[in-house]
Amino acid sequence: MKDQVEPHVTADGRRIGGVLMDLRGITLRFGGVEAIKNISFDIREGEIRAIIGPNGAGKSSMLNVISGFYHPQDGEVWFRGAKRPAMKPFQVARLGIARTFQNIALFDGMSVLDNIMTGRLTHMKTGLLSQMVWAGPAAREEAENRAVVERIIDFLEIQAIRKTPVGRLPYGLKKRVELARALAAEPKLLLLDEPMAGMNVEEKEDMSRFILDVNDEFGTTIALIEHDMGVVMDLSDRVVVMDYGRKIGDGTPAEIRANQEVIDAYLGVAHD
Amino acid sequence: MSADFLYMIEVVINGLMAGVLYALVALGFVLIYKASGIFNYAQGVMALFGALTLVGIMEGQVPFAHIINATFGTDLHQFGWTVPALLAILLTVGVMILLAWMVHTFVFRHLVGQEPIILFMATIGLAYFLEGIGDLMWGSDIKTLDVGIPQGGSLWVENLSSGLGGEDFYGFFIDKLDITASVVAILLVAGLIAFAQYTKQGRAMRAVADDHQAALSVGISLNFIWVLVWSLAGMVALVAGIMWGAKSGVQFSLSLIALKALPVLMLGGFTSIPGAIVGGLIIGVGEKLFEYTIGPMIGGATENWFAYVLALLFLVFRPQGLFGERIIERV
Repeated sequence: MKDQVEPHVTADGRRIGGVLMDLRGITLRFGGVEAIKNISFDIREGEIRAIIGPNGAGKSSMLNVISGFYHPQDGEVWFRGAKRPAMKPFQVARLGIARTFQNIALFDGMSVLDNIMTGRLTHMKTGLLSQMVWAGPAAREEAENRAVVERIIDFLEIQAIRKTPVGRLPYGLKKRVELARALAAEPKLLLLDEPMAGMNVEEKEDMSRFILDVNDEFGTTIALIEHDMGVVMDLSDRVVVMDYGRKIGDGTPAEIRANQEVIDAYLGVAHD
Repeated sequence: MSADFLYMIEVVINGLMAGVLYALVALGFVLIYKASGIFNYAQGVMALFGALTLVGIMEGQVPFAHIINATFGTDLHQFGWTVPALLAILLTVGVMILLAWMVHTFVFRHLVGQEPIILFMATIGLAYFLEGIGDLMWGSDIKTLDVGIPQGGSLWVENLSSGLGGEDFYGFFIDKLDITASVVAILLVAGLIAFAQYTKQGRAMRAVADDHQAALSVGISLNFIWVLVWSLAGMVALVAGIMWGAKSGVQFSLSLIALKALPVLMLGGFTSIPGAIVGGLIIGVGEKLFEYTIGPMIGGATENWFAYVLALLFLVFRPQGLFGERIIERV
């Protein structure tokens, strides 16, 4: 099943590199429930990797393992060629793994700009004291990071809502702001948990375009969970399929489409 | 201008000054409440503890002298030196930061995700613990605190305003200490607001207040931010402690000024820094004016209860306070 993909250039000119993240034999239990059962797969530099599966298959749990919110009982997480020890989520974020959440986790009381600026926190190095007195380096750093954030705001076309408190935005825009905050961290690996859940067709098209553009322009590696099969097949380079915590498929969209087990899981299979 | 009117102006100005001191205490509450959702009952005791420590350091007192003497049979009370005020304040800030770290590490880190009422109970425990430790460390005598803040009526204000009235009007009497306290409070508030709005730690602080999970996902260490917040609250408490201590001596009743901050918070709203200030000013002016106008008719001493009655009225008609976040639940 495991495909041996060598570094290569895709038909549309994107560079797929070596293995960025390697998950080996991950098992995650909540009490007696096994949410993830001995799953292994890898994510290669520069690719868009989708994780799909029916409800309750363990997709979000998988993403939470990668981002350090859950700690698997078994298995190893390898990142950039080194085994990653058990880490708190904020330490994982500092390694260069940014994420968005299924149910949007933004700072509702803060403006769009401030929300995205929090994404730059890991890049700001000046200390507490110089920040307090707003010393030269601190002010310069703030300006530099602000410039990065403004570029992202332009890129995602949210200039108009820059100063609006996030709590007042409609759902689709919140999703976009969350993506902007994750991008602001200039992550090596970007995790998107159902970036298109609850969106209408038009919003989905916008979001798909942004995801492709991010991958294309910044070369960001993206791992995403999505329900909409059409979107997944269009976007991703490779797909992992999960069902009841097991991996039932792994390959290119074309391979997945032809995989009988996947078809059964999605369409149901007659038991006679 | 008539003498009565001038006197009223003086009452209002003195009310504003008192209000600033109330606001100073209330500010400590708002800070912690906003950043961690904890209503910190111990804020008043922290002010007391800060002031006690400052006096102790300045006078070169040996901390825990009673325990040390009882255990080792020694008779130590003083180191025999005095520390200049500025250095002593810096050292006390250090102690407050250490206290913040201990409070977080030994108490609140283990209560993350608990119900607000449990966190509140923990702060009550903390209040009594701190009061006890303060007593144990520095003794229970009433101490005078003199960090060099000018005291007494301001001649400058008196001379400047004496021209306003007639022959028998000598100008407004305003305590220099109150003026200093106002200036310090304004600087403190401006500093805190700037810190929260324009620095990365301030931004991280607001982020943590808003959503823990999201904060973690952008690389913010919750532990660091909480220690930072408790340190800031400790420093605000210290400033309040210095001002109140200089005004009325460092004694254990200082911890009760926290009670005076409650009506301020109900007026201003628990989540608003400007609210704490405006609330403090309204209460300060309100109680002085009420005492001046209505007080004589009902036998005086209205200052003791006016603030609480006002707070009660607010609770009935505008429970979120003047600036607080309206709580709307979606059904």
